[in-house]
Amino acid sequence: MSVYNQSRSRVVQVIFLAVFLIIIFQLINLQLFSSDYGIQAENNAIYRKVEYPDRGIVYDYKGKAIMENTIMYDLMVTPSEIKGADTFTLCNILNIDTAEFKKRIVTCIIKNTKYKPSIFEPLVSKEVYARINENIYKLPGFGITERPVRSYPYHCGAHFLGYIGEVDTAFLRKHAGEGYTSGDFTGLSGLERSYEKVLMGQRGVTRFIRDNKSRIQGPYESGRFDTAAIAGKALYTSVDVEVQALAEKLLKNKIGAAVAINPKTGGIIAMASAPSFDPQALTGKDRRKNFSRFFVDTATPLLNRAIKGQYPPGSTYKPLGALVALDEGLITPSFGYGCGGAYYSCGRPVKCTHHGGGHAANLRLAIANSCNSYFVHVFRMALDNDAYPNPQAGYIKWKEYMNAFGLGVKLQIDLPSEDKGSIPDTARYNKDFGGFARWNSCNMLTLGIGQDRMTATPLQMANLMAIIANKGYYYTPHFVDSIENENKIDKEMLAPYRIKHKVTNIADSAFQAVHLGMHDVTIYGTATRVKIDGVDICAKTGTAQNPHGKNHSLFVAFAPMENPTIAVAVIVENAGYGATWAAPIASLMMEQYLRDSLSTKRQAEVDRIAQVDLIPAAMKHWYYMKDSVRRVKQITINADTVPVIKNPAVTKPIQFDPEAEPDRNGDKDTNATFKPTEMILPDTAKRIKPKKNGHG
Amino acid sequence: MAKAYTKEVSKGVDWLMIWLYLILVSVGILCIFMAEYNPATFKMTSFYTGDANYSKQLIFFGVCMMAAIFIILSDSKLYPAFANLMYAGGILLMLATFVIGKEINGSKSWIPIGGGFNLQAAELCKIFTSLALAKYLSLTDTDFTKLRSQAIAAVLALSPALLSILQNETGLALVYTSFFIVMYREGLPGILLVIGFSIAALVVATLVVEPNTLAIILTAIAGIILYIFRKLLKKDRRLLVMIIGIWIACVGIQRFAVPYIFNNVFYCYQSQRIYSMVGKEYDCSQNKKAQEASAAGQTTIVPDDYNVRQSKIAIGSGGFAGKGFLKGTQTRGKYVPEQSTDFIFTSLAEAFGFIGAFIFLGLYLLMLFRITIIAERQRSTFSRVYAYSVASIIFFHIAVNICMTLGLFPVIGITLPLISYGGSSLLTFTVMIFILIRLDADRQMVLR
Repeated sequence: MSVYNQSRSRVVQVIFLAVFLIIIFQLINLQLFSSDYGIQAENNAIYRKVEYPDRGIVYDYKGKAIMENTIMYDLMVTPSEIKGADTFTLCNILNIDTAEFKKRIVTCIIKNTKYKPSIFEPLVSKEVYARINENIYKLPGFGITERPVRSYPYHCGAHFLGYIGEVDTAFLRKHAGEGYTSGDFTGLSGLERSYEKVLMGQRGVTRFIRDNKSRIQGPYESGRFDTAAIAGKALYTSVDVEVQALAEKLLKNKIGAAVAINPKTGGIIAMASAPSFDPQALTGKDRRKNFSRFFVDTATPLLNRAIKGQYPPGSTYKPLGALVALDEGLITPSFGYGCGGAYYSCGRPVKCTHHGGGHAANLRLAIANSCNSYFVHVFRMALDNDAYPNPQAGYIKWKEYMNAFGLGVKLQIDLPSEDKGSIPDTARYNKDFGGFARWNSCNMLTLGIGQDRMTATPLQMANLMAIIANKGYYYTPHFVDSIENENKIDKEMLAPYRIKHKVTNIADSAFQAVHLGMHDVTIYGTATRVKIDGVDICAKTGTAQNPHGKNHSLFVAFAPMENPTIAVAVIVENAGYGATWAAPIASLMMEQYLRDSLSTKRQAEVDRIAQVDLIPAAMKHWYYMKDSVRRVKQITINADTVPVIKNPAVTKPIQFDPEAEPDRNGDKDTNATFKPTEMILPDTAKRIKPKKNGHG
Repeated sequence: MAKAYTKEVSKGVDWLMIWLYLILVSVGILCIFMAEYNPATFKMTSFYTGDANYSKQLIFFGVCMMAAIFIILSDSKLYPAFANLMYAGGILLMLATFVIGKEINGSKSWIPIGGGFNLQAAELCKIFTSLALAKYLSLTDTDFTKLRSQAIAAVLALSPALLSILQNETGLALVYTSFFIVMYREGLPGILLVIGFSIAALVVATLVVEPNTLAIILTAIAGIILYIFRKLLKKDRRLLVMIIGIWIACVGIQRFAVPYIFNNVFYCYQSQRIYSMVGKEYDCSQNKKAQEASAAGQTTIVPDDYNVRQSKIAIGSGGFAGKGFLKGTQTRGKYVPEQSTDFIFTSLAEAFGFIGAFIFLGLYLLMLFRITIIAERQRSTFSRVYAYSVASIIFFHIAVNICMTLGLFPVIGITLPLISYGGSSLLTFTVMIFILIRLDADRQMVLR
């Protein structure tokens, strides 16, 4: 009877086989042809824990740390484990109420799930840290983690050191594949940004297996793919932190900038911009608050005016005009111009502070007396040079010189977002005068005295001084001299700062005339107040005309004359004559650098300058408005005591317009301790011989 | 003396089956170990302390080996003799669970037997039902070509299933439908299988295709058939009636029966699981039981296909060669729920990849084919029917369980034979297989 249905045995086997084939087909589909399951499984199960190394330390040239790291503490919570925690104690310590506590816990759960630790209170103070530590046994589920934070022992250099901040999506898109993830910090400005790759060090990555509730189960593959964190490398800069601190102190309550460069190396000794702030303000708990405060401040304390401020160089340009003419062979140091108190050759006369008496009888005298006519003439000679077919070609040649001197181009300093200032193109003048060759050297003759459309940054002015001090060459200004354990990439990074740029081919004797002229400025000329005992200083004052208010005070200098080791440019906005405020600031900086200290007499001078308030009235009015709003709020709270607020100034709103007519009346300096200087005449030099090799 | 005795006992025993059994149980313990393993808490002693599941499974294995030896030593005549009695006992045991039963994971089908161990009566009942069906079909006065005998056999097979459904253990109830394979082998008309498949296809089509579109398709098919057989239809009016009857039945199932079952019979989660198989969403607000629950103020948990998704990720990430023993990240992270019981295949496929899964399935297929070969070599109908019952049950378990982990079948609680963690399951399959081996050793005997 079993024979009857025996064929059905085959059918049953075929059914078995068919179902197994379906299973195998699906297995092939899932395991061999679907690649994304592997990635999904990794995303599920592998947790990358990133360990952040300490960022590199920045040292000044004497080996003092000006930016280092300190530890701050985050209070962490794992919401699933807080059962039985003494929330009352915790709320007392943190000074919050239970409602706030609950709100924070809910936020943590939403952000990071119940099972993962999240930050309950970031960057707690040392005192709170100690109190929490004391009570930690009452607080299951809470823990304290360390977080390295930047610290600044000298509380200065905010502008060039820069700050770090959390990366945003745009940054992540731009730096894809460099190992950044959201929540990471990166340098956002200053050296922190330029040297991010060096300072950041190497992140350590530990991979863990986590379970379905995101709890860590153990290392992935026994840590085969893990890497250890390597601390960032140190930067050795050319900064003298004491000069830096002094510069910032002197620029207090002013708007302006000061840059000091070592001409021998191009290393920057100090770079201050005012108004400034304590770099420590952008770390820690109040980072956001302070940042937004600085961000809206009308005086723009976040702006580094040393590389972003653009000022007409004014008279400080004059030595440069001489160098162009000398290099082109148009003049010799003995070239003179008979100035009669103004330059008349182009219609409207250009006034000169002196007249007659041969005050521009040679180059040295012309520089010492800052003769406008002489340098306008020399500028026109450069444009109308017979070697070129027309003034336009002459202008192009002159512009090439300017660019070679670092004006109108970025110097490529090792800071981000440097401005290039302005040396206008011929196209600009073609537009102004309605076509090519519709203009000649007369139309822009004030370029010859550093006005017109010419602007330069304080850094560029300091670099000009370095070129003159070096007699014709410079190294690109930079902060970082060397990097700890320099490797090939680091060397490549620093290579541009180790190249000598030769700008002019002028005989040393001709340079000597420029140096002596500038030296005379400090002896008989406009800047007699800058003298440092026993040091020969070469300097040039400048007063940049400002269409909106009082003129900007400019001062450039280098010292010692025979073997220059420091070149300085100082600009104080709305401070009148260059000699009044900018010159003493530069002088004190040079003394600090050359002598490593200040005499007590000079110390008094520091305090005097630091206390002077040169903030323009418009800005004060802005602060006043801000303060009044705050006070009015305060008044509504305690209405009985109404304070009286004195309005320091009410001014019309001011908008910057570079095309506007300069304010000629701004020259009248109310603060003036400045007396018009004695004219230096050809025979004066014979009467009083400047010491040539007097002081080494 | 001892040697001669051993020889006599093992005479006629199918060693291939025993080897396959041992290999599969070992693989099972290995898989459970993988699913449980945690390097932080693991000690060698955990193997025998009985705390971890793999250690418990080892104890179960020991118990099973004792049962197996006992069965091998027993007399084959015992099984046909006591088949009916055991079936009655099994049914009684299942009824008893309603009184003394314990609820685990929402199904009241477990009888506590002390020491923290529980017994699932429905599992054991599979053996008794197999024996009873074999006994009934081997009776000399049973003529399986008759409808009456077929009906009795169906009642025998499906009564425990009914009790299982009442215990809220739908998965095990479904297993009893596998007896239709046995009945087919014993002469159940093949047309029934065809009808069964057709209805299944229609149900799937109902889920996948838009109701109106499907109605039009069905009508079109009916029209085409009528056109092709138009000459025959003139001769025989009954054919016309039959075709129209089938058409009405199909449309009826599609339009009314299937939606009714999904909305009123199934729980919301069951409907959702079935719908998610074909990649569709089921709206629980249509479900009557869900409505009642929400009316009663109970919050219904909205399930999703989390476990199937995670299971597919685990299997898919295994790739061709697998991640290696104990290196499955999905398994280690316990992303797949029930990974030492129902979803154990997941761990295996993740760790050993396609190659491992393929060899593993090969072992199973070899075992199934071996059982059909064993079945066909029996002289007695009892042994043959019993052997087919064993093959069908094992096959059904494997097919449903693995298809479920691969996302080809709705998730229902059915274990993977000899692999999944669980004493009841392991014991049932051990007893089942060793009774088969015992009966096969006496294949020349005619048992009734």
